[in-house]
Amino acid sequence: MENKIPAVSMRGITKTFGSSVIANKDVDLDIYRGEVLSLLGENGSGKTTLMNMLSGIYYPDSGQIMIDGKPVTISSPREAFDYGIGMIHQHFKLVDVFTAAENIVLGLDSEEVPEQAAANESEEALDAEGGRKTKKKKRSKLNLKKASERIRQICDEYGFDVDPKQKIYNMSVSQKQTVEIVKALYRGAEILILDEPTAVLTPQEADKLFAVLRNMREDGKAIVIITHKLHEVESISDRVAILRKGEFIGQLITKETNAQEMTNMMVGREVALNIDRPEPLFSSPRLKIDGLTVRSSDGVLKLDDVSFTANSGEILGIAGISGCGQKELLEAIAGLQPVEKGTIKYIADDGTASDIVGKDPTEISAMGVALSFVPEDRLGMGLVGTMDLADNMMLRSFRKGKSLFTDRKTPRELAEKVVDELEINTESISTPVRKLSGGNVQKVLVGREIASAPTVLLSAYVVRGLDINSSYTIYDLLNQQKQKGVAVVYVGEDLDVLLELCDRIMVLCDGKVSGIVDGRTADKNGIGMMMTSLHQVPEGEEGINRNPERRSRR
Amino acid sequence: MNEKESKSNEMTSVSENKNKTNHENREPLLHITRRSEMEWKKAWLIRLAAILASLIVCAIAVTLATGLDPISVYGSMFDGAFGSSRKTWILGKETALLLCVALALTPAFKMKFWNLGGEGQIMIGALVTAACMICLGNTLPEPVLMIVMFAGAVGAGAIWAGIPAFFKAKWNTNETLFTLMMNYVAIQLVAFFVIVWEVPKGSGKIGIINQSTMAGWIPSIGGEKYLFMILVVVIVTIGMYVYLKYSKHGYEISVVGESRNTARYVGIKVDKVIIRTLLLSGGLCGLTGWLMVSASDHTITTTLAGGRGFLGVMVAWLAQFNPAAMVASSLLLAFMSRGASEISTHFQLNQSFGDIITGIVLFFIIGCEFFINYKVHVRKTGKESEADV
Repeated sequence: MENKIPAVSMRGITKTFGSSVIANKDVDLDIYRGEVLSLLGENGSGKTTLMNMLSGIYYPDSGQIMIDGKPVTISSPREAFDYGIGMIHQHFKLVDVFTAAENIVLGLDSEEVPEQAAANESEEALDAEGGRKTKKKKRSKLNLKKASERIRQICDEYGFDVDPKQKIYNMSVSQKQTVEIVKALYRGAEILILDEPTAVLTPQEADKLFAVLRNMREDGKAIVIITHKLHEVESISDRVAILRKGEFIGQLITKETNAQEMTNMMVGREVALNIDRPEPLFSSPRLKIDGLTVRSSDGVLKLDDVSFTANSGEILGIAGISGCGQKELLEAIAGLQPVEKGTIKYIADDGTASDIVGKDPTEISAMGVALSFVPEDRLGMGLVGTMDLADNMMLRSFRKGKSLFTDRKTPRELAEKVVDELEINTESISTPVRKLSGGNVQKVLVGREIASAPTVLLSAYVVRGLDINSSYTIYDLLNQQKQKGVAVVYVGEDLDVLLELCDRIMVLCDGKVSGIVDGRTADKNGIGMMMTSLHQVPEGEEGINRNPERRSRR
Repeated sequence: MNEKESKSNEMTSVSENKNKTNHENREPLLHITRRSEMEWKKAWLIRLAAILASLIVCAIAVTLATGLDPISVYGSMFDGAFGSSRKTWILGKETALLLCVALALTPAFKMKFWNLGGEGQIMIGALVTAACMICLGNTLPEPVLMIVMFAGAVGAGAIWAGIPAFFKAKWNTNETLFTLMMNYVAIQLVAFFVIVWEVPKGSGKIGIINQSTMAGWIPSIGGEKYLFMILVVVIVTIGMYVYLKYSKHGYEISVVGESRNTARYVGIKVDKVIIRTLLLSGGLCGLTGWLMVSASDHTITTTLAGGRGFLGVMVAWLAQFNPAAMVASSLLLAFMSRGASEISTHFQLNQSFGDIITGIVLFFIIGCEFFINYKVHVRKTGKESEADV
């Protein structure tokens, strides 16, 4: 492998934003055909920026990119395609009202282009482009039928499952991602970059994706995958390249390394890779939910007769395939979702219970219920992206006091404190939060939510998209809250983490509770089965046979 | 560098890229990156340079199109705005009115509620003022009349903006269309009442209201007819600046504008904020209408608002919704319009020519924001240099 010419080699790549932010510094990286390379690094370590330079979105300040040993300039995504580089971004770039096939051919000039691009000869592709300019008559009509055929061909080759005629808005996240990948392949991508592809997928979908990636590797394509999940790195990649603070730290052969070594290299110091689970102290019922039924605005039943109790001084995990009512459950408790039936009782320290159903967030806090909520959509719901750290801190507190004017000083002090305590990496507290990296955004949000000394802390996918180090910081924060006697509700997707962190785990399936298990004794397979079926099958063979695919949960 | 040049440079860079196969090592001739932040001194230098560049282009346009000496044209524009103390007061009045409309629209726009109904809200405020002057002018004591006129005009403007706001809050109707349509209703109402109250009958005009008694006329201060109006707008400007920047309402407006979900999440009552903000926005437009009738024109016509409801949008955007900067942008637009009408009379050009000059100047001012937000790198041997305006 070492004596092969790399498909891509980057030498001395440096990229800065503005005058002070160094995204990449003197990075050397080689990408080989027939290999899956994992790009590992903390949030904000410059992984995405580096790959964006390869796919023509950014242009490096200095350094050289070589494709198959030849120096090249990539100044637009289109040119990147001409060199056979395709990138699948975290946020899909698809037109919702178009079909899969229409999206895939979108932007291509004629049916000839794919074949030529597939030949992966940049010169040919460029000739075709030049030809387009001079000989316009050669441009033929869009042939969707032929395109669909080719799409099917690609799907068969690698094992994708795409219906070319399906509209994007009817697709699941996983299907949309598949369309993005097929789009890249259709354009003749030989070098495929995936930016955190599994962040939005269920474990089964991730397995499917990895199977396809393996097929592509066998086919001699070069694949780069950006991810935070170490077990994914171990299961899919051949080689790992590690970035820290924009610099290339080193590379490892996946088979010869382990999670601990990778984490240490990534963080730059020894990190303990286990989650604490202190025994709950002074645990008593805090939230008592009974028969909660919620319908979405278009009448779909989202929660069906959900009953459970969340105790103080305890972390209650909520497991379930995404979209099984987790969001509605938390929003209903927080007063953001109309409730059809049922009660949500808050039990104060002195034992008095009060129903908070049908109250809005202001009324709930006026009742003296200190409820904090870390929603799934951080910038869309929890924070205001264009506002700075201090103004975001103010979101929770600005109403305090009788004055007509806002108190700017307290939020500033809080922002300074949160930045300091949670080691948030930001230029100043006057930086708009959308300019921070994902992990730092989350720390701002969690920091603000726990600053109000809650008695109930609801959290949805708090570590989604966060690197190892930030994730462990968040787990620690949740544990601290638990030890302070807060009732923590943790909606998670990673079963391993749920099992390590939570005292009890409630499993949701299609808006119903399929069971509540003890986090210390439950096992992954049992929970996996409860997530897909309402009958509590304790690892019976019956269950395995009924759900063969689901059982092999990651 | 002016925009034309930069455009032609981009063209070269495109053709350069096409030939890349021949010399692959070369960096593209031009590439554009986003700036992180520019110090404000430099930003203002760029804006100043843009204005100078626009004056040069205007001069060329003047010479080519009319054969006149551009210096004397500029001179007479200046004359039109500041030539005499009367002209300066008129400029002050125009600036104040524009500023007042822009300030009125700002809270709505900051909330991302596109209130294009400024025109109608001004008209309805003006109509109520005129109605009070005509119907109550000689029955109520002057101070009471003044209060009734003011309250009526502000209230009418508020209602005119409040209706679309209510529909937006309750049923999420499109506020752009709704407010725009309300303009026509207001203008037609004015047309109807102009006929009802026309003096003399058949003239289709109202003429100066209460010319002899001057009932409902804002008295001039120290002999200056427009001073009162300017003072009112100064107060509104300071008030709006403080309201948006320091008040809890102002903060709520920003949050609702950026993300309704976040607003709901922290317990802001979004519907209430929308309606409240639009009552304020419309109320201030109504106030503008009151100033126009009671302190300036003392009459009402269907063209009274004269497009200020829309020009105000431009004033607000140009200043990026900063009330202090709006003083400058409204002065600029008022100056341009006064200057343009002066050159059209002085050189017997039509009004359109003045509009051409205004257009060119605005194009440069808005265009230069590109150079403030983005950095253009030009390839040079060895290192990169930066090309600004």
